[in-house]
Amino acid sequence: MNVLELQHLKKHYATHKAVDDISFSIPKGSIFGLLGPNGAGKTTLLRMITGIIYPDAGDILFDGRPFDPHNDIQYIGYMPEERGLYKKMKVGEQAMYLAQLKGLSAHEARQRIDYWFNKFEITSWTNKKIEELSKGMQQKVQFISTVMHQPKLLILDEPFSGLDPINSQLIQDEIFQLAKSGTTIIFSTHRMEQVEEICDHIVLVNKGKKVLDGPVKQIRQDFKHHLFRISLASMPNPAQMATHHFEIVKQHENGYTVKINEYSQTNDILAHFIHHGIQVTYFEEILPTIHEVFIQQVKITDLEAAVN
Amino acid sequence: MNKIWIIIKREYLTRVRKKSFIVTTLLLPVLFAAMVILPGLLINSDNNEKIAVIDESGYFAGKLPDEKGIQYKFVDAKLDTFKKTYRDQGYTGLLHIPKLDINRLPAIVYYSKGQMPFTLRGSMEKRLESVVEDKRMELAGVDKSKLEEIRADISIDNLAGDDERKGSTVAAYIIGWFAGFLIYIVLLVFGMMVMRGVMEEKTNRIAEVMVSSVKPFQLMMGKIVGIAGVGLTQFLIWVGLLVGIYTLLLPLILGTDMSAASVATQPGMTAATKDMAQKIASFTGSVNWFSIVSLFLFYFLGGYLFYAALFAAVGSLVNEDPNDAQSLTFPITLPVIVAMVIMIQAVVNPTSQLAVWGSIIPFTSPVVMMARIPYGVPGTVPLWQLGLSMFSLIAGFLVTTWVAAKIYRTGILMYGKKVTLGEVGKWIFRKS
Repeated sequence: MNVLELQHLKKHYATHKAVDDISFSIPKGSIFGLLGPNGAGKTTLLRMITGIIYPDAGDILFDGRPFDPHNDIQYIGYMPEERGLYKKMKVGEQAMYLAQLKGLSAHEARQRIDYWFNKFEITSWTNKKIEELSKGMQQKVQFISTVMHQPKLLILDEPFSGLDPINSQLIQDEIFQLAKSGTTIIFSTHRMEQVEEICDHIVLVNKGKKVLDGPVKQIRQDFKHHLFRISLASMPNPAQMATHHFEIVKQHENGYTVKINEYSQTNDILAHFIHHGIQVTYFEEILPTIHEVFIQQVKITDLEAAVN
Repeated sequence: MNKIWIIIKREYLTRVRKKSFIVTTLLLPVLFAAMVILPGLLINSDNNEKIAVIDESGYFAGKLPDEKGIQYKFVDAKLDTFKKTYRDQGYTGLLHIPKLDINRLPAIVYYSKGQMPFTLRGSMEKRLESVVEDKRMELAGVDKSKLEEIRADISIDNLAGDDERKGSTVAAYIIGWFAGFLIYIVLLVFGMMVMRGVMEEKTNRIAEVMVSSVKPFQLMMGKIVGIAGVGLTQFLIWVGLLVGIYTLLLPLILGTDMSAASVATQPGMTAATKDMAQKIASFTGSVNWFSIVSLFLFYFLGGYLFYAALFAAVGSLVNEDPNDAQSLTFPITLPVIVAMVIMIQAVVNPTSQLAVWGSIIPFTSPVVMMARIPYGVPGTVPLWQLGLSMFSLIAGFLVTTWVAAKIYRTGILMYGKKVTLGEVGKWIFRKS
């Protein structure tokens, strides 16, 4: 079942089309990556999903029903890229304030705050002012106030910016934990290695349009160049390398990068070396990283846009 | 609990709990009192002139008595030499009256180190004139005492309205000035407070987090109402202090309670305190405090709401650059300042065209109307004017709030770009 479905969403501003006919759907419990270069329309998209702005056309379905910002907003947690807290407010008061604005009673909010502050080991900061905290610490408070009301849909825009590796890991673990317990997560970032690590599904947008949509594994398969990395115990002489199964793309110190020919199987490559009595020490298919797919696709759509 | 109520509570509590709020609330009345009392004390103590007089005419000897802060001393000396030494002998100035024909006065010269003080010139000229006038009367054969009898001294008692209340123009003037000025300060101070609050939310990127929980309009109104609460609290504390001083402290100082009847009959008071008490009693008795205070509250809130929304809109347009704030607030502060200028006229001339229209148009009405009200409702301010003024202020603040909400909604989420007035205009007329 899909927690969120966008159908032909459009948002036009005077000078440009920020979001131009985008559709996709997000299954419950998935970690969904929303990718795109700066100015692609991600923030506009997220603001529509969070009910901050309204689409010019198209529909948003939340939990199978038409999205009603007024009521559904309490089931959504949004941590925008541009985020901040009241500098002069105490950490505890700030968390309480944001929790109550999400519809929690003071009592509930108190319990959740205790739970999360304990979990993140920040109980001792409760009476500190936000401005006394480091940026990373503020980020933790911000994260807590985003998830405190147990949203069905959690939207995180660059959640790791400003965090050290330890705290990044802490938040990342928390994201997995939440996903496991059924929270759907939209994750927007520029850091592609994190996307591969965290997301199971991505959408790539550029210039207001959807470029790609699918599971991360599937996308890497779809864009693969049929390349393999093979390491050998001893390098063969060039005469031994003649074959119709693959072409050598690159020679390494202890092996090759090869491209497999259309009708050949991976075992054909291995058989070739075995046949010549050469020991294979390592063999793996080279799949494109999301980073490579991203750059390639963005370039293509930019070119198309330039031609049109 | 309603979200807007949560916002109001935060905006109110964070401000009221601040030390600066408590300090200004308690200190401002003291400063104000000092502002009123100090100049009075200074004027009375300032002059300390010791003036040497060389009177070659002989008309003035013994006719220039000392007065407060001015001492005349006749010296018998030559001008040429004395002019060089009078300062060494402890005189602050030297007045030289040459030989003169009483009907054709020559120039009289005053020598001093610096410029002659304004008040000294006035009082010295008056003294000299009266001596000359007396002399001329004597020469013309006019009996001075007869003339004194002829002279009349008239003071008008003003009974205003159908109930012929004894009004006090002075009281109305002072209260009008004070109330108008207070509203002027309120509009600027609390308007700026709203603006700074909005700017804080925008530049610290809090707005973006907030609008995913509440509507921008709730955020804006919560702030405006919360700060209105802060202003009201401050005002009520001041009223409380004033009433406290009036009912507890004054009787303690003057040794009597303040109702006019008891002032008149109280035995055993010195003439001075009796006079003082009577003055205060007639001052406070001459105006309708209930209507002034309740209308003050109305214009205080109405004017604040009218302008606060505009200040919020401006705050939402400002980016990091504080210069932006200055140039953007100018169009809003200008009418407030204009209101102040009209108010200064209105408090002298409460029924002039300028005062009447200034007190009806909502941009200026809160300040200007408060200057007119102490002169009497419905006497000086007819009920239709008051009604029209109140109605247009309410309508006005609904319009400014509506306009401001449109600007605010877009403005708080706009970063980096400097917006032009043209764009802002488009936001106002754009549908959501």
